[in-house]
Amino acid sequence: MARPGTGNLLRVGTPTRGFFGRGRRPPGDRLPPGQYDTGADWPVLSAEVTPRLDTATWTFTVDGLVERPTTWTWDEIHALAPSSYSGDIHCVTTWSKLDVSFGGVSVDTLLDIAGPRPEAAFVLARSHTGYTTNLPLADVTGGKAWVVWDYGGAPLPAEHGGPARLLVPHLYFWKSAKWVSGLMLLAEDTPGFWERNGYHDRGDPWLEQRYQGD
Amino acid sequence: MTDTPPPRATGWQTATVVEVRQETERAKTFRLALERPSPFRAGQHYVVRLTAPDGYTASRSYSVASAPDDSGEIDLTVELLDDGEVSGYLHEVVQAGDHLEVRGPIGGWFVWDADAPALLVGGGSGLVPLMSMLRLARRLDRSHLVRLVVSVRSPADLYYDHEVPGPEVRIIYSREAPPGEARPPGRLTAEDLRPAPDPASTTYLCGSAGFAEAASRLLVDVGVPVERIRVERFGPSG
Repeated sequence: MARPGTGNLLRVGTPTRGFFGRGRRPPGDRLPPGQYDTGADWPVLSAEVTPRLDTATWTFTVDGLVERPTTWTWDEIHALAPSSYSGDIHCVTTWSKLDVSFGGVSVDTLLDIAGPRPEAAFVLARSHTGYTTNLPLADVTGGKAWVVWDYGGAPLPAEHGGPARLLVPHLYFWKSAKWVSGLMLLAEDTPGFWERNGYHDRGDPWLEQRYQGD
Repeated sequence: MTDTPPPRATGWQTATVVEVRQETERAKTFRLALERPSPFRAGQHYVVRLTAPDGYTASRSYSVASAPDDSGEIDLTVELLDDGEVSGYLHEVVQAGDHLEVRGPIGGWFVWDADAPALLVGGGSGLVPLMSMLRLARRLDRSHLVRLVVSVRSPADLYYDHEVPGPEVRIIYSREAPPGEARPPGRLTAEDLRPAPDPASTTYLCGSAGFAEAASRLLVDVGVPVERIRVERFGPSG
């Protein structure tokens, strides 16, 4: 079969023959580059079997570089000040879902109780399944991150991370760990599951930080 | 989890379409010659990016169906989705000789190197990355390490239908079975997945979100430990 000669490399970014695109949106676009609006769909993406977690034994723990390592039960975390998010979410597999609403508790509330030590600069979120993902501490503080158990006024479905998941909507959605079990505060960045498998350590959709090196 | 080192970041490159094959009514395989071939592992995927004259782009991920080899070429099998902006273009416009921008290989989790026992469970287009694994096992004469259970609606929906059947493969027809098939058509059951794989074996499960949910529960029923199951869910992404 014909092989392209290495002497005439094609310039990356050249228009694709016959492609004009029909996913365009008007200016003032809420979609980050390379994303499309999935509409009413909410694709399920995870590398693991959906676990069935019992809220009677569910816990959430903040530990690592904190003054007061703390574990909450399902009832205890529900007794904290409620907080909600309404807006958009963006998956690295190029779908975005607009105008979603989640309810739960702000990560700020949890960290206020646990008391981050001054040297804490990163967090490793972990799940009851063993999944992990790493984030800068600054990306989960200041009203930017939640632990959520309510989606659109109903319990968060198990396939979407219920009974509770992390929600960090300004980053690609793999950072919003499903079935979240805790946050460990760390002085140095430690790659999580997808990050060890080639995905970006921060994952800002507006900068298209999809893969390591982006 | 895995100790695989992160793959090198790979940039965009231009690939040349050397062949287009119709697999089923709604699936085509595009054989691409890569400008800068790099080794890949069975189960990995590439991203295809289309660019319009005004710079607008649309990208989607597609699993590699061919086994790793040193040809510098890869097969991507693409299912035509309703209103699929990228799959529609690939199916309706692309022909041999065209150029496509690709980036990869990507993924270090849903991969198999034919060095340990594996159970492969696929639904419909979920066969694609598993086919890379099956082809690798056969080429290395290690078919004894692998067992594939693939579920399709009807014989006409089976990708690579001349190549898939073999002693290590079980084909499940959910709606319509071919003449002579002993199993009546019906959804995948736990019985279809027995015997339970060796505890050291890894199960690779790929299909739609619905198929993956149903099949993962069956696998657990059969006795496969949850932590031995790796899942790739194909969402509705055009």
